[in-house]
Amino acid sequence: MFGKLTWDAIPFTQPIPMAASLGVILVIGAIIALVLWKGWTRYLWDEWITSVDHKRLGVMYALLALVMLIRGFVDALMMRSQLAIAAGGAQGYLPPEHYNQIFSAHGTIMIFFVAMPFVIGLMNFAVPLQLGIRDVAFPVLNSVSFWLTASGVLLVNLSLVLGSFARTGWLVYPPLSELAYSPDVGVDYYLWAVQISGVGTLLTGINFTTTILKLRAPGMGYGRMPIFCWTALASNLLIVAAFPILTATLAMLLLDRYLGFHFFTTDAGGHAMMYINLIWAWGHPEVYILILPAFGVFSEVIATFSGKPLFGYRSMVAATLAICVLSFMVWLHHFFTMGSGADVNAFFGVMTMIIAVPTGVKVFNWLFTLYGGRVRFATPLLWTLGFMCTFVIGGMTGVLLSIPPADFVLHNSLFLVAHFHNVIIGGVLFGAFAGYIYWFPKAFGFTLDERLGKAAFWCWLVGFYLAFMPLYALGLMGATRRMQHYHETGWQPLMLVAMAGALVILAGIVLIGLQLYVSIRSRTSRLDRTGDPWNGRTLEWSIPSPPPPWNFSVEPRVQGADAYWGMKQAGKEAAAQEPQWQDIHLPRSTPVGVVLAFFATFFGFAMIWHIWWLAIAGLAGLTVTALVHAWRVDSEITVPALQIGEYERRRRNT
Amino acid sequence: MSLADDLTRPVEGDEDTTPYSERGPAPIDVVAGFGFWLFLLSDIVMFSALFAAYAVLADHTAGGPDGLKLFNRGYVLIETMCLLFSSFTCGMCSLAMERRSAGAFHLWALVTILLGGAFLGLEIAEFSRMIAEDAGPTRSAFLSAFFTLVGTHGLHVTLGLLWFVSMMAQVATLGFQPVVMRRLRCLTLFWHALDIVWIGVFTIVYLGARW
Amino acid sequence: MTESSSKGHRTPGKPHSGVLTYLAGLGFAIVLTLASFWAAGTNAIWEPAVPILLAALAIGQMGVHVVFFFHLSSGPGDTNNLLALIFGVFVVGLVVFGSILIMSNLDANMVPMDKLMKMQR
Repeated sequence: MFGKLTWDAIPFTQPIPMAASLGVILVIGAIIALVLWKGWTRYLWDEWITSVDHKRLGVMYALLALVMLIRGFVDALMMRSQLAIAAGGAQGYLPPEHYNQIFSAHGTIMIFFVAMPFVIGLMNFAVPLQLGIRDVAFPVLNSVSFWLTASGVLLVNLSLVLGSFARTGWLVYPPLSELAYSPDVGVDYYLWAVQISGVGTLLTGINFTTTILKLRAPGMGYGRMPIFCWTALASNLLIVAAFPILTATLAMLLLDRYLGFHFFTTDAGGHAMMYINLIWAWGHPEVYILILPAFGVFSEVIATFSGKPLFGYRSMVAATLAICVLSFMVWLHHFFTMGSGADVNAFFGVMTMIIAVPTGVKVFNWLFTLYGGRVRFATPLLWTLGFMCTFVIGGMTGVLLSIPPADFVLHNSLFLVAHFHNVIIGGVLFGAFAGYIYWFPKAFGFTLDERLGKAAFWCWLVGFYLAFMPLYALGLMGATRRMQHYHETGWQPLMLVAMAGALVILAGIVLIGLQLYVSIRSRTSRLDRTGDPWNGRTLEWSIPSPPPPWNFSVEPRVQGADAYWGMKQAGKEAAAQEPQWQDIHLPRSTPVGVVLAFFATFFGFAMIWHIWWLAIAGLAGLTVTALVHAWRVDSEITVPALQIGEYERRRRNT
Repeated sequence: MSLADDLTRPVEGDEDTTPYSERGPAPIDVVAGFGFWLFLLSDIVMFSALFAAYAVLADHTAGGPDGLKLFNRGYVLIETMCLLFSSFTCGMCSLAMERRSAGAFHLWALVTILLGGAFLGLEIAEFSRMIAEDAGPTRSAFLSAFFTLVGTHGLHVTLGLLWFVSMMAQVATLGFQPVVMRRLRCLTLFWHALDIVWIGVFTIVYLGARW
Repeated sequence: MTESSSKGHRTPGKPHSGVLTYLAGLGFAIVLTLASFWAAGTNAIWEPAVPILLAALAIGQMGVHVVFFFHLSSGPGDTNNLLALIFGVFVVGLVVFGSILIMSNLDANMVPMDKLMKMQR
């Protein structure tokens, strides 16, 4: 009846997962109770859960990412504290069995359920506003994408309570991840969570590529698009081209595990290295999917807070597109040591070095934008400057690793761990925070507290260096990644420094939460009435904060690059003549996204536990929902011109 | 005025001198078509990973039968012809749709479904024959890759057939509404794309089995 | 449709000609398919040239489908469609040929998996 699911699946004997899952259940229960007690159910359902508004979805993505950041960070703290004590003969407090799950979950969560939702959330919120349009190309699909991502999140977190997570690392390399060596449900949790959220991501990629290429305000030619839209375009093109490879590769592993196929098994001619080859053909573009939108955020922030147009706009676009293409030609550098010959290794090593060039172009463009600008050191700019210093270090260790002989020494060492945290924290996460603070007033109509924001930034920056610089040194000393304890007691001092760094980062996370809390409490004193708190340059600052559901009451006409800056210079805003308001048509809210994700979650859960009847029911639910949606004809609501005019008059009078 | 009309509102200024990229949001037909075009490309990239796996694993027969022994070219030629002619009848479908001729549409859609169904039947028969000869997907890495690649194409054909049935029902109940027309155009693109994948399949898998 | 063409954007798959285009496409496709099957089975061609001929025929037939069934053109309204297609073909080529190159190079350098497993036992 319930497949492999029995009472044994709940880890009653292990105190740490039990306490953790109990805590999670209590928090979720408390939130549900609060919602019911306050009577917010209706509001949440109408305004958020069924919403297809890109701004709302963007906020929900960012919220999801922040919540999962905490979950992933708890994993990180556990690993750091384990390694701080497990030196010499000591075994620490986490058994290998559990430790392996923690580092696998940490990687999976941080990449798929923190970094991805965060950058996708920022793109959701900002891209349509910057393009001067009312919504994305496929608003309903956008909601489906979000809820499928949430479904993946739910499945990963379920593994805490029921069963276990993968013990194989975040990319579940076979043959270890094959049924013969990982017979329990851990790898299945990983595979189904990533497959379901991967479909959501693919749909996002299609949606945003179409939006950026086909829906732009009149006058916004390619040469006038804000740079964040360019980086979002490159990132989404990479999603469209790379995520199908992930889907296919994980599907092959699923076939191996469920139907006894022999793609990557050790017997019957299977070839495990083929998995590693394919997964990195997705995996390398994936890191650029994450970093390119962050580059876009930094470009917007630097231009805004320097009060200058971005230096070298064209070279920035060219560099972005060069990275987009080159990112598909370097994937072998993730497995130099797998046994390819010197010629093939050398080719991919050289390509890896070449891809650093356009990135370098970007760094110089940012520097030259700052040079001679009237620089305001607001929090988003601090994150950006922190990024520039940190990312250059990460980039250079990356070039170091791209030399195959050096990689043979450093492969799978803590040096590598330090490198990719250096670029992902120092690049993607700093960018996400810069974007979060930069666009927060646009989303909610009030600014975030600067003092706490700056304190959070310094904690993160200092904490980062404390936590990861020791890992570079440890890597050179021979410490490998994914080790649960070590005999070399000489490593312990540096491990303790890294632990201290993690604690400083914890302070940074707490301060981010505190900043949000304090800012909400004091929001009346920090209202953004102008809609343009930073003296911005792009179209999102030309509309009120928070924007109305229809974004632009009048479709903007773009006359040049930095469209809103040009309008401000030309004094267009002051034009007192009230325009002729027109009816605006908006996509109607629909529960199809959340309903599809509901069935997808059941389907995934049933497949993980081999509950075949439930899997069939889930599939049937998905099909029926899609069919019912296909017969929906009335997909729009009309906002009458009268209401628009009233809204605008009220806005001007306050 | 619908969202579509809203999006197609003409742009000020001379149509002929405004660059394409500055003409404002494209009409919804174009947006939907382009989005689906991107989906098809992503689908083909997914197939490319399966092709890559097949190419790498084709000689990993683990002592089991190889392609030369298993495949029957005449049989595959018949399958190919079914699919080719269904692509043509699918084109007739889209012509009937642009003429808003429901009768012709249903007729050609039915023929397409029959041809697609014939293809699928032939494929299923081939698969069951191979499994009966102990050449199923669990026999070797080569056969795993073969069944996955060809089976995924077959799964796409199945989904296409179900989509055809659904579209016939939509045309019958909703008529040739703009949204139905857009879906139909996507469906025809999907069906033609399956042909392109099949060209890769019969060239690399079936005809390539000689080497 | 007139709207979309006046705006200069085009959708792939929108026929701008009739039955004749599809008939021509079908004809070309059948000829090329038959040529492929003939080339694979014949002894009239120098053996090593056959795979190249098959590849050329397959690519040609894919081109026929793109032109006659997808109605993709090089016109200005099709720029996005064409560029997306080129990017897709680029990625497909990288994945397929890159994998073949990497894996064959690796197999040439490394002990095969089954032998490795036997050595470990």
